[in-house]
Amino acid sequence: MNLHEYQSKVRFGRFGIPVPMGKVATTPQQAYEIAREIGTTVVVKAQVLAGGRGKAGGVKLARTPDEAEQVANQILGMKIKGLTVRKVLIDPAANIGTEIYLGVTNDRAAGRPVMMASSEGGVEIEQVAHDKPNAIIREHIDPFLGLRDYQARNLASGINLPREHWKAFTKIAHNLFTTYMQSDATLAEINPLVITKEGQLIALDGKMSIDDNALFRQTELAEMRDIDAEPKEVIQARAAGLSYVKLDGQIGCMVNGAGLAMTTMDMTKLYGGENIGPANFLDIGGGAQADKVAAALRIILSDPNVRSILFNIFGGITRCDEVARGILQALSEVPSELPMIVRLNGTNAEEGRAIIQNASISNLYYADTLTEAAQKAVAAAKGEL
Amino acid sequence: MAILADKNTRLLVQGITGREGNFHSQQMLEYGTNIVGGVTPGKGGEWALGKPVFDTVKAAVEATEANATIIYVAAAFAADALFEAIDAEIPLIVCITEGIPILDMMKVYDYLKHSKSRLVGPNCPGLLTPGQAKVGIMPGYIAKPGSVGVVSKSGTLTYEVVYALSQADLGQSTCIGIGGDPVIGTTFVDVLQMFEDDPQTEKIVLIGEIGGRAELDAAEFIQNHMSKPVAGFIAGRSAPEGTTMGHAGAIVEGGAGTADEKIEALRAAGVRIADNPEQIPALLR
Repeated sequence: MNLHEYQSKVRFGRFGIPVPMGKVATTPQQAYEIAREIGTTVVVKAQVLAGGRGKAGGVKLARTPDEAEQVANQILGMKIKGLTVRKVLIDPAANIGTEIYLGVTNDRAAGRPVMMASSEGGVEIEQVAHDKPNAIIREHIDPFLGLRDYQARNLASGINLPREHWKAFTKIAHNLFTTYMQSDATLAEINPLVITKEGQLIALDGKMSIDDNALFRQTELAEMRDIDAEPKEVIQARAAGLSYVKLDGQIGCMVNGAGLAMTTMDMTKLYGGENIGPANFLDIGGGAQADKVAAALRIILSDPNVRSILFNIFGGITRCDEVARGILQALSEVPSELPMIVRLNGTNAEEGRAIIQNASISNLYYADTLTEAAQKAVAAAKGEL
Repeated sequence: MAILADKNTRLLVQGITGREGNFHSQQMLEYGTNIVGGVTPGKGGEWALGKPVFDTVKAAVEATEANATIIYVAAAFAADALFEAIDAEIPLIVCITEGIPILDMMKVYDYLKHSKSRLVGPNCPGLLTPGQAKVGIMPGYIAKPGSVGVVSKSGTLTYEVVYALSQADLGQSTCIGIGGDPVIGTTFVDVLQMFEDDPQTEKIVLIGEIGGRAELDAAEFIQNHMSKPVAGFIAGRSAPEGTTMGHAGAIVEGGAGTADEKIEALRAAGVRIADNPEQIPALLR
């Protein structure tokens, strides 16, 4: 789960990282009031969970409260990468001297947190990693010991930070690591961390991602989820205990298990070629009971691009005859004319096949292998089945 | 032979009285696994499936001389169960639990490095040595004894492949699911080394997916250290960048961890890669 910039910066501030004293506005009038309170030139920043806000015109300077109101009026309601801007952050404009980068994330290969610093602030770290890999200095952190002072100094000297800033930098690095740990973050990043012309270090922009698996103990953060930023099918899927990702193809996929679900998608693409592919990733988990299948079917059918549906279930502990009955019951609850291809494998697959075939539903087809199922789903999506 | 689990495995079940733990313990017993006891704090002295239940792992190990444990404890409490098993110096720990916070796992990972234990998982189906022991949730009947070692990040996809191998009369030495989380105890490279050293294993199947670089490390290891032939499949060629696909670790980030880059590296190391998992038995011939 990603936090907005303003949410991340409130969190940073709480853990002692210096941040601009900005506020969030949802209307141009509020933007005017906030700018007047701040009393200096402000920067109006679109709050959407997407990168490239600046390029899209979602970040603008305003010298007066009137200008802030006008700019906010332009930005609110604007779409950036498909997401509607519903909030703007009004920050006092900083007198920027130097911009650096400081972030902490999980290094999955090392199994440890890693703190990264770079003199190339204000640029996406992936871009720096690609263009100037040597510009990024990394320190792996012992999760029990935490960040050591010397590691912060290694980072500071590694990016050639002038010595007079080391003390402030070290404090920010410690506080950022604490923010990361205390928030169950998978990413906590200050970009840019600015050294103002007055010689102050301040976190001008911030980004945090929170581990979805830890939200049970991060209840305050869990409530910050921006449901406007998510398609409603994703919200429905989460409520039904399904894992769903919408894609842009035509074949709806319903599969048990994440690896098999990805494989099923890959097969529709393999046989579908350039123009036909998976409409979604969907893992219904173990069991495949009728209520879950029905919930999954509703979500798949809400996608207008879907032209055929592929059920691919491996019955391990679950028996395929139970799965087949679940599918039929779900179809009676959620009727659809779309061609559907069912492929069952594993425990009691033969019985499952008989149940599907004996149901004599004209738009329900059976396939013995994954290859055959994918080919049939592709043909159906092309209207050739 | 085989690896990690066999008929000498003396297994504890942490969470034996829970719904999942109890169901799968029954299945493991039916397969012939030697379960010696279970652990559920607060239920010490009771019995489950005819096996003694203990309050602590330490007491269970002292009483039963268990040499392996399997964890079905809920995600919020799984890290504690893992630390308890590590502190009891159990050589093999298999963790089935899905959804453990990554910060918890990074601490467990660090703790493991200074311990006598090996962890398989979490978020994995466990392992199965056909005809000897099932330590996990794989459906036992799909496998049969033989000489193919199977290692995978996945669950049902692994079952598909194992089932297809058995249908083609290619039995397995051990099937092992290492899990789909970003931080796991046992990697592809660890298992490849064990299969290379295991006299029963003649050929290997590796099933990977998008995200991370474990498959790239595997390719390098195969290139430099393996004599046995490897076939494989990588799931997620059609997955978009920047989105987690079910498994917490299955995500392409910043253009890294794609299926294509892994397939290319494995092919360069001499691994036969299937476009379709149904081709795998043919690739082993």
